[in-house]
Amino acid sequence: MKRRVAITGIGAVTPLGVGARPLHEEWARGVVGIEDGAGWCRSFEPSEHLSVKEIRRLDRFAQMAVVASDEALAQAGWGSGEDAPYDSLRVGCIVATGIGGISTVELNHDAMRQRGAGRVSPLGIPMYMPNAGAAAVSMRHGLRGQMYGVVSACAAGAHALGSAMRMIQYGDADAVVAGGAEATLTEFGFACFNALQALSESGVSRPFDLRRDGFVMGEGAGLLVLEEMEAARARGATILGELAGYGSTADAYHLTAPEPTGTAAARAVSMALEDAGVDPEGVSYINAHGTSTPLNDAAETAAIKRALGEERAHQIPISSTKSTIGHLLGAAGAVEAVATVQVLSTGLIPPTLGLEVPDPELDLDYVPGETRRLVPANGGPPAALSNSFAFGGHNVSLVLKGAE
Amino acid sequence: MATVTKDQVQERVVEALASFGPDVSQITPDATFEELDIDSLDLVELAQIVEDEYGVVLKGEDMKELKTVGDAVDLISARAA
Repeated sequence: MKRRVAITGIGAVTPLGVGARPLHEEWARGVVGIEDGAGWCRSFEPSEHLSVKEIRRLDRFAQMAVVASDEALAQAGWGSGEDAPYDSLRVGCIVATGIGGISTVELNHDAMRQRGAGRVSPLGIPMYMPNAGAAAVSMRHGLRGQMYGVVSACAAGAHALGSAMRMIQYGDADAVVAGGAEATLTEFGFACFNALQALSESGVSRPFDLRRDGFVMGEGAGLLVLEEMEAARARGATILGELAGYGSTADAYHLTAPEPTGTAAARAVSMALEDAGVDPEGVSYINAHGTSTPLNDAAETAAIKRALGEERAHQIPISSTKSTIGHLLGAAGAVEAVATVQVLSTGLIPPTLGLEVPDPELDLDYVPGETRRLVPANGGPPAALSNSFAFGGHNVSLVLKGAE
Repeated sequence: MATVTKDQVQERVVEALASFGPDVSQITPDATFEELDIDSLDLVELAQIVEDEYGVVLKGEDMKELKTVGDAVDLISARAA
């Protein structure tokens, strides 16, 4: 029998504030964290959380990862050093990013152009490497098991959680601190995504709405503490939920566009459900990838119908966290998993904000308007899907369950 | 170029090191880089600052010999003179 994976801590830095709590609370109140066309983490002040040395040596994305990990581990009631509940060599760490330390790249590239190759900082590479978030979290908390970064664009945060889940199930680790972080709101970041015509011209994130015109970029981090279920129970940890299923496929179709029939994406959803032992009737909520791009929201709708069946697909409430914070790229899957844990634990499904004009082609229940109470589809703890899709053709679906 | 005094070098080195993290009060001539948690990456940055400021080029092998703040100030002052 597979080892089960408990979620015992969640942490987040998002445009709705520093901390996991504001993510769900503010979203449920209908607050949109997007200003001036992007989801900025304006309340994130590194010096409130990190030493001078840490701030200088970490790109913004890694700073946010560390702060989210502090919160998640504190919630798990996890001491450090000898007070840690596990042998540090049995605790893994996986932190995803889509892009890495792009502001560090920009600063150093400017320095090189203006002052010569000899004026590039020795901290350049260790700050911008995409595994810097994982390295920083590992060092901060003394996590000495398997540790690496995951890179799969906007699916990376979900891949990190899936990989962490497998690490525990396989027995390579007893606990893993996992998630994703992204800080791409730079001149170059905007320029590149604008060149792709991926960003919303209106600056409004309104997934599944007829007027949707692209995604709104956001920054932030989401980190979760995952533990082998029996070990977590034995130490008396508060179990927030369970990471129960993981499925992942690729479109092999186009560099940026999703395959429109959603065939491979649907397969990822089905694999995650099979992995969790949950059938479509047992799904109470779907946290959509829901980017607010014309193509994603249509392909995702097709994938959900294909995986769950047309009839069942119409019955499940679906909402997009990107409607409140924008698209956090490599952090999105992890932050949205945090939000899904909160939906399951509070029983409150925040709406897809900004969805006012339905697209006749998209006919599922995307929870427009108000926060809604979650109705468990079956007797036991409710189960939810969290989808992540990405440039490159990555598809990931996770199944999360509420605490027993 | 105007002569650089040891005091000036000392002041600049302390300022640079303080920006790397340690508290200014800890940065005495006798303090070791190890005590101050100043590592090889910080010393490369210090070398860049020193080169910009005094035109003194410090190579890896020069830096390896440095144990204390005073060692660094002595070396830089001697080369800048």
